[in-house]
Amino acid sequence: MALSFPEEVLEHVFSFITSHTDRNTVSLVCKSWYEIERWCRRRVFIGNCYAVSPGIMIRRFPEVRCVELKGKPHFADFNLVPDGWGGYFYPWVCEMSRAYPWLEEIRLKRMVVSDEGLELVSKAFKNFKVLVLSSCEGFSTDGLAAIAANCRNLRELDLRESEVEDLSGHWLSHFPDSCTSLQSLNMSCLSSEVSFSALQRLIARSPNLKTLRLNRAVPLEKLSTLLHRAPQLVELGTGAYSAEARPDVCSNLAEAFSRCKELKGLSGFWDVVPFYLPAIYSVCSRLTSLNLSYATIQSPDVTKIVTQCPNLQSLSVLDYIEDTGLNALSLSCKDLRELRVFPSDPFVADANVSLTEQGLVAVSEGCYKLQSVLYFCRQMSNSALTTIAKNRPNLNCFRLCILEPRAPDYLTLEPLDNGFGAIVENCKQLQRLSLSGLLTDRVFEYIGKRAKKLEMLSIAFAGDSDLGLHHVLSGCDSLRKLEIRDCPFGDKALLANVSKLETMRSLWMSSCSVSLGACKRLSQKMPRLNVEVIDEQGDLDSRPDSSPVEKLYVYRTVAGPRLDMPSFIRNMAQNPTYMR
Amino acid sequence: MATEGLGLDITELRLGLPGVGEAKREKKRVFLDILGGGSEADPSDDTGGGGDGKNRNIGVVVGWPPVCSYRKRAIIKMYVKVSMDGAPFLRKIDINGFKGYSDFVRALENLFGLGDECEYTPIYEDKDGDWMLVGDVPWEMFTETCKRLRMKKRVSDGGLQTKA
Repeated sequence: MALSFPEEVLEHVFSFITSHTDRNTVSLVCKSWYEIERWCRRRVFIGNCYAVSPGIMIRRFPEVRCVELKGKPHFADFNLVPDGWGGYFYPWVCEMSRAYPWLEEIRLKRMVVSDEGLELVSKAFKNFKVLVLSSCEGFSTDGLAAIAANCRNLRELDLRESEVEDLSGHWLSHFPDSCTSLQSLNMSCLSSEVSFSALQRLIARSPNLKTLRLNRAVPLEKLSTLLHRAPQLVELGTGAYSAEARPDVCSNLAEAFSRCKELKGLSGFWDVVPFYLPAIYSVCSRLTSLNLSYATIQSPDVTKIVTQCPNLQSLSVLDYIEDTGLNALSLSCKDLRELRVFPSDPFVADANVSLTEQGLVAVSEGCYKLQSVLYFCRQMSNSALTTIAKNRPNLNCFRLCILEPRAPDYLTLEPLDNGFGAIVENCKQLQRLSLSGLLTDRVFEYIGKRAKKLEMLSIAFAGDSDLGLHHVLSGCDSLRKLEIRDCPFGDKALLANVSKLETMRSLWMSSCSVSLGACKRLSQKMPRLNVEVIDEQGDLDSRPDSSPVEKLYVYRTVAGPRLDMPSFIRNMAQNPTYMR
Repeated sequence: MATEGLGLDITELRLGLPGVGEAKREKKRVFLDILGGGSEADPSDDTGGGGDGKNRNIGVVVGWPPVCSYRKRAIIKMYVKVSMDGAPFLRKIDINGFKGYSDFVRALENLFGLGDECEYTPIYEDKDGDWMLVGDVPWEMFTETCKRLRMKKRVSDGGLQTKA
């Protein structure tokens, strides 16, 4: 039967389908749709850079303009992934430089980028526009200089939370005078001072600059000068927010802020001196996003700010806000969607601030639109968790970190199984969950039974036995990413759920009870998984199958075993003793 | 991040990355004794030896609490005292302000005006009260366990002075 629509029509229809999952679904309808779709796919998202190879991506999608890649597992953020693990960008940029001369956007997360890679990006892609390096490392300001110098149409340079070897601030001066296309610049992770006049001139000739996140080295006294050049800013990250207390400087700053009528997001605020906080009051009523999580200001000062932000949708703060501040937040910010509360002193067991579970309960009561929570605290109770769950069934992300491992309900001294059970029961759309506190296998039974939309689960110091892991693997239908540390989960659960692992992006298990032999058997049963054992003790080849592995990373792949593994990582499919 | 040594051939001090080479690292993972009671636990149960209950520390566990290194460096100041054999007064250094051992040791040397031909070896007191050679454990673990530092003068035969 002939196609009812010509290809061009289908292509036009597909151009309205932008989400990656929808695009993937479209390509599965039939062979001709697969063909048409692959030729017109412009954006590719690869959640695990080792799940596929550059060659495979290029073969399937020849006309890509935007590539997004993620490298290291999430637990790399907490130093659980040893240096040298991998996630190298260079092999990708090498092949893309040949295959995608019209590439415009590269977004990387937790990858190892090099100056050579950045230089190649700057020279190979004539129409390059967007570079986002999120939590990346391995490059220096020399690489940034190449990007600045060579990318004529650069729109976005965002280095969020990357570890950059900061040789000097001179890289910024490499932007040519002809570069006027900049819309977004995030250099907040850099420590070196850049030439202020170069920065000022760059901002002045970038009329479309909407996002500017300065680094700590940009002094507060100079901020108003920059704001005067960019009153159209929508998002601003300040530099260090401290200076000698001078009323004239403060009023200049306040005046500069008040001219920024489009300003919706504020961040930065390192080394805050409260004297200068009133300078931002005039913009508070318009703010939808506020990141004060580096601001070491006390509760009254924080509260004074947030209560002036009725349109706030996203707030990040330190626990200095305390329960009183969170209570005020719940009364003032009825549009709040996302709350993140970070610990000011995470390595000390005893509380330095008066922030408890009550703060979160208050916010869950007052902020009807609250969907996403990240909360560090020192005590929690089942009743508080149950209250939160009942208040906010619309939660889609709930990450709770009780600082002390295995801390029980502080009122009853019981495990927190029921509390988290209430969360998964009431919050039916929950996609992401991080557990903490004292938890038995029972919480996993609840999760397996109820958390049907859960995509990402993080577990630490929890559970009693393999049954816990089995509940999760056999019950959570939507699970994509599972990361576990220091739990008594072992071989039985893993081997009873081998096919589940191919439906997921990845599984991380460290300091659990998984044996080397089980890893080999898993690899044998599931040839399309990479079962990688990470072990830095150096004697993996001579260890008995019964010995436990330090760290295990399992992920589905169509690219076969990695070719760039360091000596302390072994793919179990290649293990010599298995071959016998 | 390449391996960088200090060129201290005499003591064979290697400030390279963990796992490089054959050195077996004994994993220091000490949990607080919290069976049956989190914050109610007796401070003396703290196997980390954190001293009085007021500032009892959350064990010595790598990567816990899950605060990313970027944030740790930015917000958490961990000033520790640094003494030096023969120096009349101590200094303080924020160990959280560095990305790794090489930056850190260079900064230590700068604190006391020591040059490349450094006659001093840094040692530190950990949470158990033991004096350890700087560089054996992963950097992050070091920042979480170091209580104070000392620059020990190396004697002419190449060893460390054993007298305090």
